Amino acid sequence: MKPFTYERANDPEAAIAAIAAAGADAKFISGGTNLLDLMKLEIEQPAHLIDISRLPLQEIDELPTGELHIGAQARNSDVAADRYVRTRYPVLSQALLAGASPQLRNMASIGGNLLQRTRCVYFYDTATPCNKRAPGEGCAALGGFNRGHAILGASESCIATHPSDMAVALAVLDARIETLGIGNITRSIPIRDFHLLPETTPHIETVLLPGELITAVVLPPPPRGRQLYRKVRDRASYEFALVSVAATLAITNGVIDEARVAFGGVAHKPWRALEAEAVLHGRPATVDTYTAAADAALARAVGRGLNDFKIELAKRTLVATLMQAAEDRT
Amino acid sequence: MARSNQGVERAREAKQVEKAAGRTVGDGTESVRFTVNRKPFRLELDPRTTLLDALREHIHLCGTKKGCDHGQCGACTVLVAGRRIGSCLTLAVMHDGDDIVTIEGLGTPDAMHPMQAAFLERDGYQCGYCTSGQICSAVAMLEEIKAGWPSHVTADVAAPHVELTDAELRERMSGNICRCAAYPNIVAAIRDVAEGDPS
Repeated sequence: MKPFTYERANDPEAAIAAIAAAGADAKFISGGTNLLDLMKLEIEQPAHLIDISRLPLQEIDELPTGELHIGAQARNSDVAADRYVRTRYPVLSQALLAGASPQLRNMASIGGNLLQRTRCVYFYDTATPCNKRAPGEGCAALGGFNRGHAILGASESCIATHPSDMAVALAVLDARIETLGIGNITRSIPIRDFHLLPETTPHIETVLLPGELITAVVLPPPPRGRQLYRKVRDRASYEFALVSVAATLAITNGVIDEARVAFGGVAHKPWRALEAEAVLHGRPATVDTYTAAADAALARAVGRGLNDFKIELAKRTLVATLMQAAEDRT
Repeated sequence: MARSNQGVERAREAKQVEKAAGRTVGDGTESVRFTVNRKPFRLELDPRTTLLDALREHIHLCGTKKGCDHGQCGACTVLVAGRRIGSCLTLAVMHDGDDIVTIEGLGTPDAMHPMQAAFLERDGYQCGYCTSGQICSAVAMLEEIKAGWPSHVTADVAAPHVELTDAELRERMSGNICRCAAYPNIVAAIRDVAEGDPS
């Protein structure tokens, strides 16, 4: 690990002042579960760390507007176990519990989860070219072992996926990401605008500006109907998704009133499938409808060889998730 | 200039910025105080020191093991404020004021923690390298169940109580890898403690 200096910030404004003073080589650290791993491999080499793990941004509060305000420093485990989240936003609890291990969930923050880096093996292997790690080098995954890679929204520069389960649930919940930036400017960013597709700049992963701090995730009142997160992976636990689906489904008299669908493990960002939602809306809640929605969602999918199977897997996972959501409906 | 020298140079420059800004940044080390197994410690550490290395190399409590050093195996599991974490993916300096418990703090050979006794009784290991982490993890895991925390295999995450099925125990212990595959006996040992029979 490269040497660095360390300081702890006690309030968000102090964290912003510290990163403004320290400059471009500084980084915030919270749970450390991804950043320290990358620092050990010298993929990340910050010269200065600002510890934000004790900022007073840990609370989960119901707002008078009916929204839920989740402090960015709340731990993944606390949010997953929160009674209000479990009853009103079960898809978020399910997605969090599908990710990492209990030890890591006790460490990792909500803000950090959104900012975790891809687990593409070529991003981690400094002996191979990677446009995300070293812009302009090329992408070893394009012709390499790309079994886990993106099938939607990828580019010739990068076919990495975003690894978060939580972010997929936030996508169907229409979460907003609240931030504090240099100059103490606040922003509220819809989740679907927060992460970026790779295009020609895969090293730029979110719309956050240098030094901008995530302070909270805000959830609107929950969507109608049943919520479900389903994850498909190579082993039963403690593994990243090949494909995952977050869905909400409201059915009245056999007809779908409202449905929201997002995929994980298929793109550089949590992939909200609006095309699938358009197919589902107003149609009978049948397997034929779900299959048509899956075909619409994956219509523009591109396989890269070893990951071709993920196109069919994503379709089947969506159909299975919607079938389960319809069955479980009370 | 070699990359490593650049890194040192950048760290030095960053430190000068800090000093100019009036913040207290030590000369390559940071001071941290915490308690380990109820005993207070004050350490001067290179900020790169993980909690795992602080425990093993500075406090000489070698019961906590370094397996993968990347948060994937669970051998380094310790309890911080009663919660299980991976000590390899956290910096020691981030734990100022924390109460840390390691396998040595759970019990001794003469006065074992019920979970230690149950692992012994049930033969919940072969080589033993993952065992400290397994036991620390299991102790905290039973507290999580008592608190009603759901897991990935809980059918209804909103249910207030958790059924203590083998599937629940296995999912909740999935952050601790045992390459000897002593899993059946680990589950049996944990079940003994959970059911109040550390025989």
